[in-house]
Amino acid sequence: MSTPFYVSPQQAMADRAEYARKGIARGRSLVVLQYADGIVFVGENPSRALHKFSEIYDRIGFAAAGKYNEYENLRIGGVRYADLRGYTYDRDDVTARGLANVYAQTLGTIFSSAGEKPYEVELVVAEVGTTAAGDQIYRLPHDGSIVDEHGSVAVGGNAEQISSYLDQRHRDGMTLPEALKLAVQALSSQANGSDREIPAERLEVAVLDRTRSQQRKFKRIRGRQLARLLEPVPSADAQADAVSNDEVPEDDAE
Amino acid sequence: MDFLSAHSPELLPGNRKLPEGIVEAPHGTTIVAATFPGGVVLAGDRRATMGNMIAQRDIEKVFPADEYSAVGIAGTAGLAVEMVKLFQLELEHFEKVEGATLSLEGKANRLSTMIRSNLGMAMQGLAVVPLFAGWDEAKEKGRIFSYDVTGGRSEEHGYAATGSGSIFARGSMKKLYREDLTEEQATTLVVQALYDAADDDSATGGPDLARRIFPIVTVITDEGFRRLSEAESSELARKVTDRRLEQPDGPRAALL
Repeated sequence: MSTPFYVSPQQAMADRAEYARKGIARGRSLVVLQYADGIVFVGENPSRALHKFSEIYDRIGFAAAGKYNEYENLRIGGVRYADLRGYTYDRDDVTARGLANVYAQTLGTIFSSAGEKPYEVELVVAEVGTTAAGDQIYRLPHDGSIVDEHGSVAVGGNAEQISSYLDQRHRDGMTLPEALKLAVQALSSQANGSDREIPAERLEVAVLDRTRSQQRKFKRIRGRQLARLLEPVPSADAQADAVSNDEVPEDDAE
Repeated sequence: MDFLSAHSPELLPGNRKLPEGIVEAPHGTTIVAATFPGGVVLAGDRRATMGNMIAQRDIEKVFPADEYSAVGIAGTAGLAVEMVKLFQLELEHFEKVEGATLSLEGKANRLSTMIRSNLGMAMQGLAVVPLFAGWDEAKEKGRIFSYDVTGGRSEEHGYAATGSGSIFARGSMKKLYREDLTEEQATTLVVQALYDAADDDSATGGPDLARRIFPIVTVITDEGFRRLSEAESSELARKVTDRRLEQPDGPRAALL
């Protein structure tokens, strides 16, 4: 019988973290931004069937980068957690903080258990409040920690570069078209300085809109509505116009 | 549902321990529905009774099930309200997990199973008999489903009623219903039917002008579920009651 090699715990953990990070970095990045009326999720996603963003509960949205089957598992777990909570107690008792804690527990346990490979996912859980001050955004890296974010957050491949780009340019109280355009710019900027164009068909966009009259605030934005929001505003006058008139997208029945 | 039964089975309506003997609990009374080209209306009176006593004057018995359907409940109020809550949860849960809504038939079948699971309680006098109405997006029309205590489901064409005053409401709608009603006429029809039910059934409440309690009227069209506002339903009820002051038995149908 051969003696197994000794691997120090530090080394084992570092290897696992490295493995998870590499897996996440292979995926495309996505960003989550606060804007005046809520929170917007923007990502590049060529698939129409496999969503990166989804609704968890009335005011809570979910975004994930990394391996689809792994985050889909976590998403369904989250929907179950939220629905069971809301049914047992009250709809108001389902919070992003509670959900983020459950995710952190799950990810942390998987990350440090020797039997399983770590999940190659990075999640964002966001809850829209009744005012901008009540908005909450939590980022959950692969190891089970929770980072409380404000304003903007990016996860996935070029997350660091994109979040520094966003940090410099994002400000509070942006309108939806402004926030959306900034997000697309951030996603298309590349390390070598050259920008590439992301067409609207390849974008997945969703919002948690606090002005929406329904109880459920989550809404996907696609097709014509998305194209309209992404249209460049020609001049300063028109911009002022746009701000006053058509900033709130109408709820198209999809 | 599966998750709930695995983790907290005691929360499911069918798994409760049965009480001994007949139990007195508030009962909801009359629910009516009628289709019109472009949608369906579902309405209910506001009374809950316990034996020969009025338990509640302003109970709400018509609920949205999801964006394109609604359910009105007659029978034991407590159980019915919880059944609706679970039904709403299931539809929403399915929608979020699958990324698509259930078909109207699917929703109707699901409700059928839930009523059947309550059969034990129903045998002891705690029955729940809902009326389910919704907009069928595939067939592009409003549809109504009625149920019996065993969960038997049947689609109703034109109009339907459930609850203690349903006999009178159905009779009223039989004479007043036409296939080419507008949305406004359909809402008037159901209020007339509820008025007639309240007229002859002591357990059904009529429009209460003094307390400003009016029937709940909901409309489901291709634009989704809409509940008539307090102002709209009071206006509707007022019009009906005003006419009844002149003609207490309501509009007359032609003899031949």
